[in-house]
Amino acid sequence: MTAETGDVLSGLKIGEKARVAGFDLPPEHRQRLLEMGLTVGAEFEVVRFAPMGDPIDIKVRGYHLSLRKKEASGVRVTRL
Amino acid sequence: MAGPAPAPDAPTREVTRHVAIAGNPNCGKSTIFNALTGLRQKVGNYPGVTVEKKTGRFFGSHGEPMELLDLPGSYSLQVRSPDEAVARDVLLGRLPGVPRPDVIICVVDASNLERNLYLVAQMLELHIPVVVALNMVDVAEKNGVVIDLMALREKLCVPVIPMVGTAGVGFIELRQAVSRSPLPAPTICAQMPIVLERETMALAKQLPVAPEVARGEALLLLTLHDEALDALAHHDRTIIDLTRSTQQRLTASGIDPLSAPVDARYAWIGQVCAAALHKGAGHDSASLSDQLDGWLTHRVWGWIAFLGIMALMFFCIFTVAQYPMDWIDGATAVLADFVKAKMPDTDLRGLLTDGVIAGVGGVVVFLPQILVLFFFLGILEDTGYMARAAFIMDRLMSKVGLHGKSFIPMLSSLACAIPGIMATRTIENRKDRLVTILVAPLMSCSARWQVYAVMIAVLLPSGSAWLKAGIILGMYLLGLVTALLMAWLFKKKLLKGETPMLLLEMPPYRVPSFKSIALRMWERAGLFLRRAGTVILALSILLWALATYPKPANADATPAEALAHSAAGRMGHAIEPLIAPLGYDWKIGIGLIGSFAAREVFVSTMSIVYNVESNDQDTAPLRDTMLGEKRADGRPVFTPLVCLGLMVFYVLAMQCISTVAIVRRETNSWFWPLFQIAYMTGLAWIGAFIVYQGGRLLGFQ
Repeated sequence: MTAETGDVLSGLKIGEKARVAGFDLPPEHRQRLLEMGLTVGAEFEVVRFAPMGDPIDIKVRGYHLSLRKKEASGVRVTRL
Repeated sequence: MAGPAPAPDAPTREVTRHVAIAGNPNCGKSTIFNALTGLRQKVGNYPGVTVEKKTGRFFGSHGEPMELLDLPGSYSLQVRSPDEAVARDVLLGRLPGVPRPDVIICVVDASNLERNLYLVAQMLELHIPVVVALNMVDVAEKNGVVIDLMALREKLCVPVIPMVGTAGVGFIELRQAVSRSPLPAPTICAQMPIVLERETMALAKQLPVAPEVARGEALLLLTLHDEALDALAHHDRTIIDLTRSTQQRLTASGIDPLSAPVDARYAWIGQVCAAALHKGAGHDSASLSDQLDGWLTHRVWGWIAFLGIMALMFFCIFTVAQYPMDWIDGATAVLADFVKAKMPDTDLRGLLTDGVIAGVGGVVVFLPQILVLFFFLGILEDTGYMARAAFIMDRLMSKVGLHGKSFIPMLSSLACAIPGIMATRTIENRKDRLVTILVAPLMSCSARWQVYAVMIAVLLPSGSAWLKAGIILGMYLLGLVTALLMAWLFKKKLLKGETPMLLLEMPPYRVPSFKSIALRMWERAGLFLRRAGTVILALSILLWALATYPKPANADATPAEALAHSAAGRMGHAIEPLIAPLGYDWKIGIGLIGSFAAREVFVSTMSIVYNVESNDQDTAPLRDTMLGEKRADGRPVFTPLVCLGLMVFYVLAMQCISTVAIVRRETNSWFWPLFQIAYMTGLAWIGAFIVYQGGRLLGFQ
């Protein structure tokens, strides 16, 4: 595997695409992200940041989802 | 069978089927609910909880009456808020007085099928017949999404009805599907990993419920995290302990009970979509929405658009609503004059004119403002802009421990706290919602304007308009800053809990449906009038009685003398030691007590106290009397510090019985409104004290 370790969702730039690799989040937060379709292996694209830099808007499973950097830094990703 | 059959639309006919309608937020569920039930809707509360229960009557394809229950919009059956707990309990048939639905209509946004199918996957596990309403197929088609209906039906094994809720497409087929008899329970659902399945079935056997629903319930139990499991009221300790030990066994064998079922459902959804969902050409509406967002959430243009939209909203509230408000004011006055002319001067007449008519009129007069505000909130919500506002404001709100969704309720409270507090329903987290409710009335509402206007006239009889505007702006800022500070404090001390996670769906922009906005305005207005109206009527009568009895012995007493003699007057005297440190005398005390139910009453009460002809349009006579008012030692009562202190007092004090009534309703408890009165009155006293005593220390008058 060539997956770079240490990549997290909050570290991605606008337009970058990635795949969810895992979570470093409390169980109930992880569960909520999963239920919104951000499952391990799901592909997404960073669309934009809010005017003050946070939250982040991503496109996953064909819809737009916003989450804060705080949680996004607990989502491990593999850049595509 | 003998006897004539009852008319199909006779309201007395027994409900033949209980239907529940569920779906993700933004899937068009309310449009379908409204189209099915029309105006045959009822809004109430579930027994014992504050969650709103909306039901409506509709008719099956043979005219048989059915009851439709609107379940709160939700992404999953996983319980995280009281709303979601109610949805789960209804579906499991364990909410007393609410029958288990015979069939669920699960509304699905065809243009966002993948994520919407998650809720369907959970519904299929409950052993209740499901009809999938595949809504917005027109949007999906425009976006180039091709859905193979046959394949979807085959994969889900339940009826799937393609619909366009806003255009009335698919309703006949939906009614047919729901009326079909018998309605078989679903036979297919997502397959769980084998170990999880075995443990689920073992737990299911121990549950005191019917065997066919046990698996679904066991799965819901196993996916609860620790805290939620402890908060579970429906099961006894043994079941909870059993669930916990099962969870531990699963974790030990490498299966996370919280996430494995979710993964399994999405894996199944992946198979369904692989068979039924095809991407074709065309991407217009989604990319148009993206382009719009490029502007509306831009770091410069986004702010300009945001401020512009908010300014337009308030401009309309204060201009458009002013006309009907003047009419209501006029009508109230005409009605009071009519009663005065027709009835002899008795206490009953006083009760009717000063208690009932003035009290209720004082509440109804805010209805236009509330309606205009709800109209705008409806447009913001239905177009999808509300999610963008939360997106833009989230960063600021997170500093005080709240999230972006708390912003709109606080903003609405600048017009009136009542719709603001009602708008907190979109906040899922109970603590956040409570904090927002607690601080919302600190935002300067339009009723404060009347107090500000009089006090500024006394403070600066000949000051420049700029200075006056500056002071009033200062009062607004004081309210805003205090609200944010208190929110921070409450989150820190009283309602501890980390800043909640924000997961915000940004739905594509849509053209709003004015019919559904109108329905919502109608519903909210009725709620406001009924719930708040009764409390307000009672309190208006009480306050009138306090200001009327006991009567002075001398029948020729002036109104001012009579008021001084009344219970309210005595209370004014009684609280004088309390308010003396603020520089107030007992006459101002009467004003504070008289305006306890509504701030703007301060002006008319002071008019009675000082025996001047009150007139809303012209405050000059009152201003001059107040300016001339002297203490026993000859010093003026209304020094600049007293005036400023009074304004600060009204910024911070609750003084609004309609808000109390709404908070009581929304929190379903007397504790929170009473706590709110206490803390706000305390703040108001401290604020006025600091202005008066601090000002004197600095050498001001």
